[in-house]
Amino acid sequence: MPPTRTRDASGYPGFWRGLRPRKHEGRTAVAAIAFSGTQNKEVLGLKLNELGISRLHKLISSGEVTSVEVTEAVFERIDEVEDTVKAYLFLDREGALKKAAKVDLNVARGEEIEPLAGIPVAIKDNMCTKGIPTTCASRILEGFVPPYDATVIERLKASDAVITGKVNLDEFAMGSSCENSAFFPTRNPWDTSRVPGGSSGGSAAAVAAGEAIYALGSDTGGSVRLPASFCGVVGMKPTYGYVSRYGLVAFASSLDQIGPITRDVWDCALVMNTICGRDPMDSTSADVPVPDFTSFLNGDIKGLKIGVPKEYFGEGIDPAVKEAVLGAVDKLTELGAEAEECSLPHSEYALSTYYILAPAEASSNLARYDGVRYGYRAEAGDLLEMFKKTRQQGFGPEVKRRIMLGTYALSSGYYDAYYLKAQKVRTLMRRDFDRVFERFDCLVAPTSPVVAFPLGDRTADPLSMYMVDICTIPVNIAGIPGISIPCGFKDGLPIGLQVIGKPFDDGTVLRVAYAFEKNTDYHKERPEL
Amino acid sequence: MKISRGDVEHVANLARLELSQEEMEALTRQLNDILTHMEKLGELDTEDVPPTYHVLDMVNLFRPDKVGKCLQQEEALANAPDQDQGCIRVPRVLEGS
Repeated sequence: MPPTRTRDASGYPGFWRGLRPRKHEGRTAVAAIAFSGTQNKEVLGLKLNELGISRLHKLISSGEVTSVEVTEAVFERIDEVEDTVKAYLFLDREGALKKAAKVDLNVARGEEIEPLAGIPVAIKDNMCTKGIPTTCASRILEGFVPPYDATVIERLKASDAVITGKVNLDEFAMGSSCENSAFFPTRNPWDTSRVPGGSSGGSAAAVAAGEAIYALGSDTGGSVRLPASFCGVVGMKPTYGYVSRYGLVAFASSLDQIGPITRDVWDCALVMNTICGRDPMDSTSADVPVPDFTSFLNGDIKGLKIGVPKEYFGEGIDPAVKEAVLGAVDKLTELGAEAEECSLPHSEYALSTYYILAPAEASSNLARYDGVRYGYRAEAGDLLEMFKKTRQQGFGPEVKRRIMLGTYALSSGYYDAYYLKAQKVRTLMRRDFDRVFERFDCLVAPTSPVVAFPLGDRTADPLSMYMVDICTIPVNIAGIPGISIPCGFKDGLPIGLQVIGKPFDDGTVLRVAYAFEKNTDYHKERPEL
Repeated sequence: MKISRGDVEHVANLARLELSQEEMEALTRQLNDILTHMEKLGELDTEDVPPTYHVLDMVNLFRPDKVGKCLQQEEALANAPDQDQGCIRVPRVLEGS
């Protein structure tokens, strides 16, 4: 097992320390549905906007509650807390209620509805939504209204999902705190003086605060898993190629992947069922069968071999995070899994590799923002000056930094030393994973070495911000699946457990996450706002 | 110094990015910090290691050469900052009249 662990005097499981009072405690399951006003229906003591997808699906499809009631409950919550949380960049109340009414009509007609039908979802604002602004939280795309839907949006719409609006992110998904948004930073619902994590900070904060039932995020170096970890919700990065990237505004094309942010693992599997699958519009979407991901959720992990990579518990890890994650390893062992320490020796090169590859790909992808066809255009005398001024005024500091870094790494004379070198180290990192997966079914590790930090804490030093992603980046580099689920708290701030799997074995990742969740209560905690 | 102020100016031009004096100074400092951190990769002997450009082993995915749905002209132009007679208009490219 990994080295020393500290436990408090109360003994195992010590990671319960510092928990806030549990909101659902003292609740009784007498009345299935109680009315406390027209829009304030409650189920088992929870408001409709606090329930998960699977429970809401049962209630909506049986006619016990309507999708309009659920949608109203979500928008009421938005009215209540959005000034504090600031998760949304755009709200589509009218469109959402219209879709909800359509679903209710289908139910009234006795039609079968899809698992996601009538359930409110928030979309990270780097996925194209036809007729709805898509900004990537950048000035350079202010006012851009996509003429088409991303494939994931088409799939959600085909399932009659209710889209509440577009949520905040670090500009072009570049960042780990949501502070790089050109508009405003989103706050962590657990402590509004702290960041929600990034880049999908709006997605995770909205779900944690009850401002959406679930959300879509995108993950290039941890951008779904990190904010999920900081906000105490579930966030998954599927295997590269499982979800189409068509209509996802490209950051680093060989690393980007869309994934769900939900309140529990079952809901995550349901969203995976809808968004995964081959898409002719994305040549890098894989032609592999998509299983029913809920079929993996049987709670049984007996005999499963779990590797614990020692490098993920090294220098810089918060002792409370280490304790919670090792406590989770104990829990999984208790449930019948066999856990053993393992090594991914090239982990220490992950950050350098990533910050060459991702900016290099980004500098190429972001060349399209030149003020010609869409978005912001600066006034200038000639074309070249127009390009340069548009990009100077349209991009924020982090995006400029990465464009510069990437352009340098790809420029004549430096390509071999930086870009090619990083591609080779990428091979070594993949081999590390191939080797451990010969012995293990999955790996568990922290999602981040730290918990949510105060706003402004890391903005002055780019490298200290980059370090936050040290445990999530290798998963993108290898293209494998990873999930973050709640596994503890430090002074009332959530800690995330990361489960990492083999390529296209996302089912096993979900299976392990579900077994842990089923036997713990961390995912039931809600922030007090 | 891994990268000089002159290098930063050159790279900014390649990236079609105008930078203020302050931005230029901050970036020179920050890029030096980051590139110094990246020297770490030099520790590894990668002489015989093939590069990974992409994690999926797929090449040349072809689709049938058929006309499909595409954007109409008005849709394609709807987001253009400036347009004229069905074309996107930009500032002049060539010197002279």
